Amino acid sequence: MSPKQRLVPYWLLGPGLLWLLLFFVVPMYFMGELALRSGTLTSGFTFTWEWSNFPDSLSGHTEQIVRSFFYAGTATVLALAIGYPLAYAIAFRAGRFKLLLLFAVIAPFFTTYLIRTIAWKTILSDDSPVVSVLQTLALLPDDGRILATPAAVIAGLTYNFLPFMILPLYANLERLDMRLIEAAKDLYSSSRLAFLKVTLPLTMPGIVAGVLLTFIPAFGDYINAQLLGGTGQAMVGNVIQSLYLNQRDYPEAAALSFLMMALILAVVTVYIRFAGTGAFMGDEDELERRA
Amino acid sequence: MTVAANAWGWLRRNALPIYAGFAVAYMLIPIAVIAIFSFGDTPQGKLTFTLGEGFTLDYWRTVFDIPELNEALLTSLRLAALSTLISTVIGTLMAIALVRHRFFGRRAANLLIVIPMATPEVVIGASLLSMFIYYSFTLGFSTLLIAHVMFSISFVVVVVRSRLIGFDRNLEEAAADLGATPLTTFRTVTLPLLMPGVIAAALLAFALSIDDFVISNFNSGTTVTFPLYVYGVSLRGIPVQVNALATLLFVVTVLAVVLVLWQQRRAERMAAVRPEREAPPIPAPPAQATT
Repeated sequence: MSPKQRLVPYWLLGPGLLWLLLFFVVPMYFMGELALRSGTLTSGFTFTWEWSNFPDSLSGHTEQIVRSFFYAGTATVLALAIGYPLAYAIAFRAGRFKLLLLFAVIAPFFTTYLIRTIAWKTILSDDSPVVSVLQTLALLPDDGRILATPAAVIAGLTYNFLPFMILPLYANLERLDMRLIEAAKDLYSSSRLAFLKVTLPLTMPGIVAGVLLTFIPAFGDYINAQLLGGTGQAMVGNVIQSLYLNQRDYPEAAALSFLMMALILAVVTVYIRFAGTGAFMGDEDELERRA
Repeated sequence: MTVAANAWGWLRRNALPIYAGFAVAYMLIPIAVIAIFSFGDTPQGKLTFTLGEGFTLDYWRTVFDIPELNEALLTSLRLAALSTLISTVIGTLMAIALVRHRFFGRRAANLLIVIPMATPEVVIGASLLSMFIYYSFTLGFSTLLIAHVMFSISFVVVVVRSRLIGFDRNLEEAAADLGATPLTTFRTVTLPLLMPGVIAAALLAFALSIDDFVISNFNSGTTVTFPLYVYGVSLRGIPVQVNALATLLFVVTVLAVVLVLWQQRRAERMAAVRPEREAPPIPAPPAQATT
């Protein structure tokens, strides 16, 4: 191969990589730099290697961080519980309705995220049928409400990120070799055992991808907590947003963003090691082998 | 056999479809609420379940009567069109480089493409803002465009790459055998076959851009996009025209997607015009230096 040909991939990649470097990697550096500054908005922030910003922002917002883990975790588990059977039904039981059902799964993407969440606000509002039905069934006290409770935020998160759970699960289930399940049944396995020993392990990559694609955005989200939650439901995202855009305490905001990123990376690393798959995280060769 | 036992048996057999039905309803109810309320004769600015006098077309008739809303929508459309154009071109080139070439730094490039997708939007928005603050950049349309292209690139690469991986390279070799130059081959064979993937990627980039709130909120300055407008008025009370517009956007997107799907099926049928039985694979060229 001539040296000129050898350069072709770099020319093709160049503009995109440059864009990502300049506007994704470099901004991270500036966020780190900002996190090490001290001062106030009026006197200006100066760079002083202010490492204490990190423990300060952590200890100041432990409550919201723990809450984010709890809300995002619960929403992810719920999304898996709703999404797996649905993906399974679409892959194996839908027949000629398959395309239509898949369409229903991605339909929420065709309306604005914000407007969808506001629609949930209407659905869960105090004078909505949902609330009165729950009150009639005595599942909710007569003066009880759903809006502005953790349940509302978790319901919103589950709803908004459910497609991210269903799509990788479906893609995985679709490729499942049904002969393996038949083989298990021929060897006198019950349906349940075949599911546990064959289907579930083989769809693990889909579960891992779905869980990550749901948990990460849910953890960083602040729209659901802001629109559906009350004063006691703020998540880390809400704090970062308000520190940056309202209080303009940039160093603390930057430090907290960095911590959030580190926390997510830690969780993802541990999770991937535990669940063990290279299919996510763009392992090309793995993808190519499957295709 | 009692009726109850029969009913129980039926329920057990159909548990999965019933459960899936509920899950689909959960996904579609908010969209239905948005559409229904666009016809509801509700008091200005307040969406409640007391639908008043019932059905009205007033808000559809006046859907373009709010100047700020129109302006926000136009800004969003311009932004989405530009960001789609740039990110689709850049991303397609990257996907070609990653699938077709083996070169030094390929894994690092892959990683750089995947990480932005696994980063919470708040962090992307906050880090970009940190950099813009550092350089005292004026926030506005240009910073929004930078951000939107940045977060769209990764998705474009993933979509186009998946199309490239299942690509029949025999067709290109045939073109080359018939004396076509690499550029002619690319223009007349590769690109047309790749087009469905590119169009799907462009649609995704467009949808991501027009829907984005979080990253835009950090980097918009005084520029107002459609989601930012909705957010702004959501604190006061949303004009019902927003519901009508959201419904309109939904219908337009659905039609666009249906069109693309139909186009893709046609392209697949066209590509299928080749011998049923695949010829034995052409021996691969001598191994090139890989990294």
